[in-house]
Amino acid sequence: MERSTLLKRAAPSGAVAGRRQLRVTAVAAPPTPSRSPSSTGAVKRAMTMTEKILAKHSDKPSVAPGDNVWTGVDKLLTHDVCGPGTFGIFQKEFGEDAQVWDPERVVIIPDHYIFTSDPRANRNVDILREVAQKYGIKYFYDITNRSDFRANPDYKGVCHVALAQEGHCKPGEVLFGTDSHTCNAGAFGQFATGVGNTDAGFILGTGKLLIKVPPTMRFALDGEMPPWLLAKDLILHIIGEISVSGATYRAMEFVGDAVSAMNMEERMTVCNMVVEAGGKNGVCPADQTTFDYVEARTSEPYEPVYSDDTASFFADYRFDVSKLEPVVAAPHSPDNRKLARECHDVKIDRVYIGSCTGGKTEDFMAAAKLLHKAGGEVKVPTYLVPATQKVWGDVYTLPVPGCDDKTAAEIFEAAGCVTPAAPSCAACLGGPRDTFARMNEPEVCVSTTNRNFPGRMGHKEGQIYLASPYTAAASALAGHVCDPREYM
Amino acid sequence: MQAVSSVRVARVALARPAAARNSRGARLVVQAKVDLQGGPRVIRGKCYVTKDNIDTDQIIPAEYLTLVPSKPDEYEKLGSYALCGLPDDLYPTRYVEVDSMKTEYPVIIGGQNFGCGSSREHAPVALGASGAGVVVAESYARIFFRNCVSTGELYPVETDARICEELETGREVEVDMVNDVLTDLTTGKKYPLKPLGDAGPVIDAGGIFEFARSTGMIKAKASA
Repeated sequence: MERSTLLKRAAPSGAVAGRRQLRVTAVAAPPTPSRSPSSTGAVKRAMTMTEKILAKHSDKPSVAPGDNVWTGVDKLLTHDVCGPGTFGIFQKEFGEDAQVWDPERVVIIPDHYIFTSDPRANRNVDILREVAQKYGIKYFYDITNRSDFRANPDYKGVCHVALAQEGHCKPGEVLFGTDSHTCNAGAFGQFATGVGNTDAGFILGTGKLLIKVPPTMRFALDGEMPPWLLAKDLILHIIGEISVSGATYRAMEFVGDAVSAMNMEERMTVCNMVVEAGGKNGVCPADQTTFDYVEARTSEPYEPVYSDDTASFFADYRFDVSKLEPVVAAPHSPDNRKLARECHDVKIDRVYIGSCTGGKTEDFMAAAKLLHKAGGEVKVPTYLVPATQKVWGDVYTLPVPGCDDKTAAEIFEAAGCVTPAAPSCAACLGGPRDTFARMNEPEVCVSTTNRNFPGRMGHKEGQIYLASPYTAAASALAGHVCDPREYM
Repeated sequence: MQAVSSVRVARVALARPAAARNSRGARLVVQAKVDLQGGPRVIRGKCYVTKDNIDTDQIIPAEYLTLVPSKPDEYEKLGSYALCGLPDDLYPTRYVEVDSMKTEYPVIIGGQNFGCGSSREHAPVALGASGAGVVVAESYARIFFRNCVSTGELYPVETDARICEELETGREVEVDMVNDVLTDLTTGKKYPLKPLGDAGPVIDAGGIFEFARSTGMIKAKASA
């Protein structure tokens, strides 16, 4: 009786099975080796892509939601706000002489508080430089001349966008980062999530982390995107549907024609905000669009994985994107979804286009396109913060499609926007008092960023409406929250 | 001043090997964590009541993220800013008084999705450094919960009861994480708590590294 119980419980995990078998040996006859189909891989459990990635990285034939597994880590990302603390913990716990587990797999991207005279913020970048040197970190995107970011060819800007642009995002990999928007990289069909300094310090020393396998919620986005809708509208719509805790502890997988039709930047916009629904990670299946982007940036090998047809999902949502309208997240929560046209009466004081979510090349192209087609000048100060140096360059050099060969920078200037600022996280999260475009007064802002909790952009009584670049540009022209269709 | 010392008394006690406690003593300032002084997992004191979706920007506004938690003086300073991002109109009582480094409220009550938003470990650290020992909320955002456990800064306890609608800031409570019950010491009313499970011993030990050492998962430090 006892024996059979033990054997049954032994099946799922190799380590546990071994221990149980020993105990069985002591109790009764020699055991037959427990080579269940699940341990030999002869019959594989159907898995979602998130489960498959974690199974592969924990050397298991299969994993199920709720399993706690030690997952191997392909890359660890950190920045100036959490990097110093992460290395501080690493040194304290592993000792001054310890080495990081793999200096080529740690990516350090200063981006949060760069263009500030705050001495502690500046010191934190100095600390990153010291540890990068000490541990031989291969990928450190340094900035030493803060007066002119262009004098720093290594400096990139916002870490999640830079990570992709520099070829560090690859299908099938496991990425952890000391920033909640690390989930951005799920756009590449990889497992990516944010952790605290202590977990990151542990990874620095071991290259591993104990995590719980999340159940997957699947979101099928089908239909053709109307010309006034952007990826940002889709994710704001979804968060409004399931709430800011609707995906807590879960993976969100985005599939369907509308996702296949998206370029990588749009997929990043969607995956970036899964944490705003509480999600652990978001993923889009890798396809030719992914491969083209990745292979243009790295020659390292990768192996995409996909959800099995028979995998079980925690929930299945379907949206016909052709029926959706532009939306905003009204103060003070990303799930406070309203139609942009319903907020027509909300007068605004400023517009902000920037951040990992809303400061990529495509975001500025979209905003510029609307401004150009509409003509006229913005009614409120309109701040533009390209996410990275690459995006900044695109804003100044790429012709905006269908806009008479004009660059986005030319269109922004003609419309009376504030000159595009140096790439960084800037006012998305407030930051030190002298941060560019920080809300130091209780103003109302339409922003392409990702959070609108009280105080997020600086002032505690500021009001933030999260929106797509189209809606942000239309609102800038109107001086109130505005549906972009009014200008299209 | 008196309030502060009562918090210190309320700061609490767990079965921790004497040697381990001594080795921590030297850097107690760096990692105050929850110190139960060898007693059971019970925290008693005034509670501070918050509502749903308290995000990490309200727990520790981003302008203070230049403070590095692994540096002792900056760790202490983070504590002085704990919960200072709460809107003044909804929360007229500050969690930590201006010019004070510590809170009078070792117990924080929350609603749903406590700690949502960024992954900043500064959030549980600020609460722990200010003198908080436990949060009792209906649910937590994933990364915040994990950061509480891995740092050992404070106990994140769940409850099905909507305590945040019943208690008000300043009420004396006892959070008994052995019997999993919160008691309003004024009325005697009891609210059931969910067990901490495997997270409890990790926080008892002072975080994942301390836990891993105390259980032999990783080897003890060569020098204390």
